[in-house]
Amino acid sequence: MDFSITKKQQMIRKITREFAETYIAPVAEESDKNSQLDPNVFKLIKEMNYFGICIPRKYGGAGLHNDTISFAIIVEEIGRVDASWAITVGVHCSVVAYPLYIFGTEEQKQKFLIPLATGEKLGAFALTEANAGSDAAGIETSAVLDGDEWVLNGSKIFATNGGIAKTLLVAAKTGQRGRKSIFSVFIVDTDTKGFSVGVKEDKLGVRASNTSELVFQDVRVPKENVLGGVGNGYQIVLKILDFGRILIAAQCVGLGQAALEASVKYANEREQFGRKIGKFQGIQWKIADMGCAIESARLLTYKAAYMCDHGMDYGLASSMAKLVASEAAMQATHYAVQIHGGYGLMKAYQVERFFRDAKVAEIYEGTSEIQRMVIANRLLRQTF
Amino acid sequence: MGIKINKDLCTGCQSCLSVCNYGGITIINNVAAITDECTLCGACVEACPVGAIEIEMEEIATEGVDVSQYRGVWIIGEHYNNKIQNVVYQMVGKGRELADKLQVNLTVVLLGSKLEEELKELSQYGVDEIIYVKSPILKDYCTELYVNILTDLINKHKPEIVLIGATPIGRDFAPRISKRLNTGLTADCTGLDIDTKTRNLLLQTRPTWGGRIMATIRTPHSRPQMSTVRPGMFKIPEKIEKQPQIKKIEMDINEKDIITKIVKIIKKEKKQINLEDAEIIVAGGRGVGSKENWKIIEELAKKLNAEVAGSRVAVELGWIDQDRQVGQTGKSVAPKLYIACGISGAIQHRVGIQCSDIIVAINKDPNAAIFEMAHYGIVGDLHKVVPALIEELKRLKSEEELKK
Amino acid sequence: MKVFVCIKQVPGVAEVKIDVTTGKLIREGVPSIINPVDKHAIELALQIKEEQGAEVIALSMGPPQAEEALREALAMGVDKAYLLTDKEFAGADTLATSYTLALAIRKILQESEKNEKYLVICGLQAIDGDTAQVGPELAEELNIPQITYVQKIEFKGDKIIAESALRQDEVMVMETRLPALITVLKEINIPRFPTLIGIVDAYEKKEVVYLDTRQLNADKRKIGLTGSQTQVWKIFVPQQKGEHIKLSGSVKEMVKQLCQYLKEDKIL
Repeated sequence: MDFSITKKQQMIRKITREFAETYIAPVAEESDKNSQLDPNVFKLIKEMNYFGICIPRKYGGAGLHNDTISFAIIVEEIGRVDASWAITVGVHCSVVAYPLYIFGTEEQKQKFLIPLATGEKLGAFALTEANAGSDAAGIETSAVLDGDEWVLNGSKIFATNGGIAKTLLVAAKTGQRGRKSIFSVFIVDTDTKGFSVGVKEDKLGVRASNTSELVFQDVRVPKENVLGGVGNGYQIVLKILDFGRILIAAQCVGLGQAALEASVKYANEREQFGRKIGKFQGIQWKIADMGCAIESARLLTYKAAYMCDHGMDYGLASSMAKLVASEAAMQATHYAVQIHGGYGLMKAYQVERFFRDAKVAEIYEGTSEIQRMVIANRLLRQTF
Repeated sequence: MGIKINKDLCTGCQSCLSVCNYGGITIINNVAAITDECTLCGACVEACPVGAIEIEMEEIATEGVDVSQYRGVWIIGEHYNNKIQNVVYQMVGKGRELADKLQVNLTVVLLGSKLEEELKELSQYGVDEIIYVKSPILKDYCTELYVNILTDLINKHKPEIVLIGATPIGRDFAPRISKRLNTGLTADCTGLDIDTKTRNLLLQTRPTWGGRIMATIRTPHSRPQMSTVRPGMFKIPEKIEKQPQIKKIEMDINEKDIITKIVKIIKKEKKQINLEDAEIIVAGGRGVGSKENWKIIEELAKKLNAEVAGSRVAVELGWIDQDRQVGQTGKSVAPKLYIACGISGAIQHRVGIQCSDIIVAINKDPNAAIFEMAHYGIVGDLHKVVPALIEELKRLKSEEELKK
Repeated sequence: MKVFVCIKQVPGVAEVKIDVTTGKLIREGVPSIINPVDKHAIELALQIKEEQGAEVIALSMGPPQAEEALREALAMGVDKAYLLTDKEFAGADTLATSYTLALAIRKILQESEKNEKYLVICGLQAIDGDTAQVGPELAEELNIPQITYVQKIEFKGDKIIAESALRQDEVMVMETRLPALITVLKEINIPRFPTLIGIVDAYEKKEVVYLDTRQLNADKRKIGLTGSQTQVWKIFVPQQKGEHIKLSGSVKEMVKQLCQYLKEDKIL
């Protein structure tokens, strides 16, 4: 049992923090206001190799494919200054590039993974539909084989990075077995004819992150673009989501940490009734609760990452991490606004943004309710 | 070699912990222990109430110099564009004091080409001797020549103390001389004194950690004791009637022998102001509020015949130019009067003004850190206080004129 | 060509606080960093390497934990790193430090091809000591020319032309030949961030070589505390002079009172 992170991971944290504070933090408020990611930050993140964190060198990545803890640390540190960038980078890495590396053929990796890992192209994962949210098995987007090509029809909603991505992973129905749909995952280039971006959503939180509707009208995709074999979509999607939950958990740890740090700073500065508000028990209890919740979330997140790196089944751990971390972030940002009083409501204070960003995390990548169902199902089946 | 702890004497009182700035000492099982971070500074030795800590020096025969052969206080005079720099006059004042305590001569050494007029001026400040090394090539500064010539002179005349202005030029050649002479050099001193109780050692006090801590440093075993002296720290002395002896040495130097040459000297486009030498400074910070409001800062400065300065925030907001920034990332100033308007007084700013004689703070936040170091504090809105102050100054001036 | 960069690991002083009652720096939780201006020295070395080819070697003298600073330099793109560490180096002043650094540079030069030209780059000064002395003393020890306070540099064959801020209101353009040492100002460039690939390589592909007294064949009279001619005699927190008076009353009264005080202080 060893809770310390390696020297390399420490350096990754230190540099990512400096980078995030230097280049991302100063434009975070503006990006949130405009619902737009800063193009300069985009360029810098690409130069830093953050688009290829979990990908081996030979596919253009940073070579941390066996170091998910480093991935979590990077997302956490970016999330500490801007949850929108954490989700943008995180989604690209964890639910597009990484599945391509795990399930892709050598040809697919050469063609699609390398530009993703180097940051030439941004990725998005298109799963959710208007009638298939938590119940992912209900998707209606269909793919029909026509000669050497699959023809995709349907539309996806709420796709993170959707409107700005160049490479998509799209889950589509490819058959029926009794009452159950069979589906597959397709790699789709957004330049393909018939593809279009629909509504760009205007959201409560992580506003700078792009969330879009994606429309497929007779989009023809070559046969070799099926990821992980025809009909294996369900299993692949579950695996993708397992890994994706580590991303959300890490983002929330960073967000919660930011709320805690802002609150500590404020509690040590602000004076009421002749003393610093940090001297009041009402504030102290909140600070203590925030600290405990965030630290628990961090440990669960790293544990899920550790299990992933050691070939263990980490699905349950990543569900627990996502649930605990998103709720810790919600609680911490809620307290942070409360501690800041009237100022907490003001745009000039970052905690206002943190609070809105945290709420999103309790919903996307599986709501808290779904996580509880998943966790409970696993536990009820388990022998102790 | 190292710090030695006498375990029998150590009581585990932790007095040493609180004086160590490096995390070099810790307490294990109620006994002090030295860590890898120890720099052997010796602060713990002095702090130990029971004498349990000793510095153990390995006895290695060093080629010690006979310190008694060295006599006299020297100041190396920096000049450019045929003008001797102010710091030289400031060092003359301090150097005189040190020389008197030691009962030795005070000498200024100048390397130049056309400094005759300047020598006349310098001669009026109580110097005993001026050594003037003259050569056309010494018109402008040259590291190699300064190091070669000064090292030879020091070896020949053996002064016990050599003071050099801690200007960029002084800090360029002084270390090379100290290295060549294998003697100690203390950088950027803000205080100098003679420890007359012991061996007449020079006590050199300087800020470290960006001014958060002061260290007093000695050079016990080698000579001369060399210091670079921060400009603006000492007052220029009064002129007195006393003619120094002037030794002029004409030198024939071949330009071809010099490796590092000046290609050209370019005047900086913007006029540089010398905040360090200003007697009165009026400075503004975030509290001023806007570029429009900044005018009252300038008006107050004009009334007081003062220089205008700003905090880092004021510079970043574009209210004032970078070269007028005071603080750790700007200039360190030492005026007689520093008026801080709407400056909260972050440590980085306070470090830059700590040498001011009198600090006045005007700030509406009664808890602003600036008040901790201000000699006179006014809690109030600077937009009301500053105009009132300008009015009062006007009134005082007309009152004075009436008296006349 | 070899480019040596001398760096120092320092506590992130901007975050260092002082316990006013004891005068002790509160170091708990203060991260160690590469001395800020030294990063600009590293950046310059890397730019020289990229523009005209050179091997960039980082050197640091310090305790074993200074390895982190060298790893960061490696992550930025430095080729090799040497850590000069030994209990006997402790307590070194600038004289002893420059001697030790010079030994390492000579040792590395001896092991490389003969008469290879080289440049040494140092940051102007460290934020903990603020002396700016190690650079020039190192140049003296190596017996090579120096240009300090450099804000711009250009190569012309074996010659370097540097703009120096030695004078306050003028830029001195100076020329010298290699081998030489320069000390640089922050104005010279903007240091790059280590990329993720850089960091991974710094730990997995590159190494930090440790050199001690024996490997450097150091003269014990010239290193550490023994080799230092300056001794720290006393450390204290600066005293703020005078008393602190908070004025009271109406704005007019306070202003009047202030002018009165300033008159008494013979300032007005």
